[in-house]
Amino acid sequence: MFDTISTILVDAISMGTIFLFGCIGETLTEKAGNLNLGIPGIMCIGALGGSYGVMLYSGGVADPANMSGFWLVLISIIFSMLFAGVAGLVYAFLTVSLKANQNVTGLAMTTFGVGFMKFFAKRIDMTNFVMASKYFKNLFPFSSDMGWFGKVFLSHGILVYLAVIVAILASILLNKTRTGLHLRAVGENPATADAVGIDVAKYKYAFIILGSAIAGLGGLYYVMDKTNGTTLAEAAIDSFGWLAVALVIATMWKPVVAIFGSIVFGGLSILAMDIKSLSFFQLKIFDMFPYIITVIVLIITSIFGKKETQPPASLGVNYYREER
Amino acid sequence: MAKETALELRNISKSFGKVAANKNINLTVYKNEILSLLGENGSGKTTLMNMISGIYFPDEGEIFVGGQPAVIASPKDAFKYKIGMIHQHFKLVETFTAAQNIILGIKEKFNLKLVNSRVREIAEKYGFDIDPKKKVHEMSVSEKQTVEIIKVLYRGANILILDEPTAVLTPQEIEKLFAVLRKMRDDGKSIIIITHKLNEVMEISDRVSILRKGEYIGTVNTSETNEKQLTEMMVGKKITLEINRAEVEHTRPLLEIRDLSIKADDGNVAIKNVNFYIRGGEILGVAGIAGCGQKELCEAIAGLRKIEKGFIMHKGESIVGIPPKQIIEKGISMSFIPEDRLGMGLAPSFSITDNMMLKTYGDGKTPFVNRKTARAKAEALIAKLDIVTPSTETPVRRLSGGNVQKVLVGREIEAGPNVIVTAYPVRGLDINSAYAIYDILNEQKKNGVGILFVGEDLDVMLALCDKIMVLCHGEVMGIVHASKVTKEELGLMMTGAVNLTVEQKEKNFGIAKDSNLTEDEWLNAANEMNGGDDDDENRKN
Repeated sequence: MFDTISTILVDAISMGTIFLFGCIGETLTEKAGNLNLGIPGIMCIGALGGSYGVMLYSGGVADPANMSGFWLVLISIIFSMLFAGVAGLVYAFLTVSLKANQNVTGLAMTTFGVGFMKFFAKRIDMTNFVMASKYFKNLFPFSSDMGWFGKVFLSHGILVYLAVIVAILASILLNKTRTGLHLRAVGENPATADAVGIDVAKYKYAFIILGSAIAGLGGLYYVMDKTNGTTLAEAAIDSFGWLAVALVIATMWKPVVAIFGSIVFGGLSILAMDIKSLSFFQLKIFDMFPYIITVIVLIITSIFGKKETQPPASLGVNYYREER
Repeated sequence: MAKETALELRNISKSFGKVAANKNINLTVYKNEILSLLGENGSGKTTLMNMISGIYFPDEGEIFVGGQPAVIASPKDAFKYKIGMIHQHFKLVETFTAAQNIILGIKEKFNLKLVNSRVREIAEKYGFDIDPKKKVHEMSVSEKQTVEIIKVLYRGANILILDEPTAVLTPQEIEKLFAVLRKMRDDGKSIIIITHKLNEVMEISDRVSILRKGEYIGTVNTSETNEKQLTEMMVGKKITLEINRAEVEHTRPLLEIRDLSIKADDGNVAIKNVNFYIRGGEILGVAGIAGCGQKELCEAIAGLRKIEKGFIMHKGESIVGIPPKQIIEKGISMSFIPEDRLGMGLAPSFSITDNMMLKTYGDGKTPFVNRKTARAKAEALIAKLDIVTPSTETPVRRLSGGNVQKVLVGREIEAGPNVIVTAYPVRGLDINSAYAIYDILNEQKKNGVGILFVGEDLDVMLALCDKIMVLCHGEVMGIVHASKVTKEELGLMMTGAVNLTVEQKEKNFGIAKDSNLTEDEWLNAANEMNGGDDDDENRKN
């Protein structure tokens, strides 16, 4: 019994990491007042970028069997963030500079991202991927000696811990720094921010790009860790991306809450696979759970209507400086 | 006593497109002084202040701060010159605390504890009441204003501009604010206060500068002037306009409004215990400073806004609580031209034909719309009102402002209403287009239609309307015959200095002698209203 629970927890955490990256990225973007519905597609682009990094590095070293794990992981992270960041830049240019409709732009970005990944995935040479994936996994080899604690909390790959660190850093940034205060002001009331001399466009650009880059890592994690470097062309990363966007709402735009929320979402989406002998119908019911939770959270926060649990006041609204 | 100049404006001009908002304005503010800036709507007060605070940049002219020429191109520059503006609509982040709002945008060590104590220091010095840790959305309007004032003081402002600070405050809060302002003046600061209320001007300011239609009229010492002189300077001499006031036989009241109270979106009282009536063949003007409840009144009559209490009777039948569509069917039309001019009534990307159909969508027996008749109507309208458009299918947003407004007013008339409620129908129009609209209204009046005309320009209202009702903060200050009133008298009523309803209480203000209902029926209606909410339901059945 205990074993089953810890197995589910391990799977929940590893599954949740995909959501966590996407959720933190989307949270930062939304705090700047931009609803980026392109996150699912941007995660796909991040997966492709990271895979490209892995291919470049593992193909470049003399002996792929003895490659340096440090450089492999670092380079793939950089490529993943770079690709996703450029996608974020495109979204930012369209919505911030050209003031295009955020929803339409975001949805287009998702459609594009999925296609972009599937198209170029065929050109990625994945021969060394399974070998490379072991460097992404099991950061602490000694974890197997530490009983259930080691199994649940220390048996994961580097990106899992990175996601938690990023979430904590994002929380500190938002709540404890001047940059965070200014960022939140931009998302809540850009006219006010503008009037006190905050460069609204600069903040929007910076955090849309940063948010996209972080979300991109979710794609890299799915390919290299969760699926051991075996899937890319057929990966359904965009469907996880939508859950990540839902997670932002469910965690009320709070990155630290998102750490736990991602585990819950991860657990719910993995439960169906862990519980064997489910009918197709039952499986689909399980698939619905994360969304049901999101709806429940929305209902509860809307009933109480506390300003702190509401989305940033100017979310989804492009900012025009007042002109007559 | 030699006075030290804090701020000087020389020959400042600013225009938006073809409209000149400010023309050659000269203004001087001294240290230790409260200067009132007085002027009607659209006289350019806010534009001028926005130039001082860096939101707009003047087209011409120079600004001197402390005797030195200053270039103020952004709000940041204004802070540099120690100028701070408290906007009428607060620029605060609702979810932040007072302290977080105050330090927003300042590049100094991020230490909220330090900020809290400095805020308390400032508050103590000038007698403010503030809790730095309180969230803005939990604050009252007056507290929010306090945060705004401290925000500029925290940045070290020596010149404070307050744009209509008293508009949203209660009398007690105004007293408190004035006490604070006097303390700041005595502390060596210069304060410019924009207000419409003459009694406040007389009470708080040392000097008064007056703007009219974008031009600088003059500055007087408060101690050497009176409300009458200020009003004259503010509204100017009467201009004779060539608008014909058609003399038409008036019918019995079409629309009777009694004891009406309405709340605004923010929960404040917008219209308070208002009585008036409109007869057929009559234009009743509604004068008042912007935001005195005009919009809420129009919306209530059109059935778009719930009323708090009171009666709106159309030909003796209550129209309170019935759907807008039924009100339209009764022949009451409402056209409101908001500040952006396209907002209410027309769909900008629809063609004239489509817009013609917007109000008659329910007609016809099949689920398909009848484009043919609508297009014929559109064509007739274009011919009749000289609307300049490439075709009936051109999106309305591509037409010029005057033509858009002609489409809107034209469509309202097309439906053959017996009551027209129109707000600012000539807003932003050139003279010729405006006259075209006046002609349309006059023609309707000849046909026996009752018209409620909410306007801005007093000269126009004096020439066009039969009677003028003056609103001040949601209350009727008086209903006067346009031919028997002067502009100055209207001005005094608009600013609340004169209230005819108090002086002539016994005359039953705004109540028609030949009402469609007997007094007993009015009483019955009142009892019904108090008896429960289901009376609307009964009337429908």
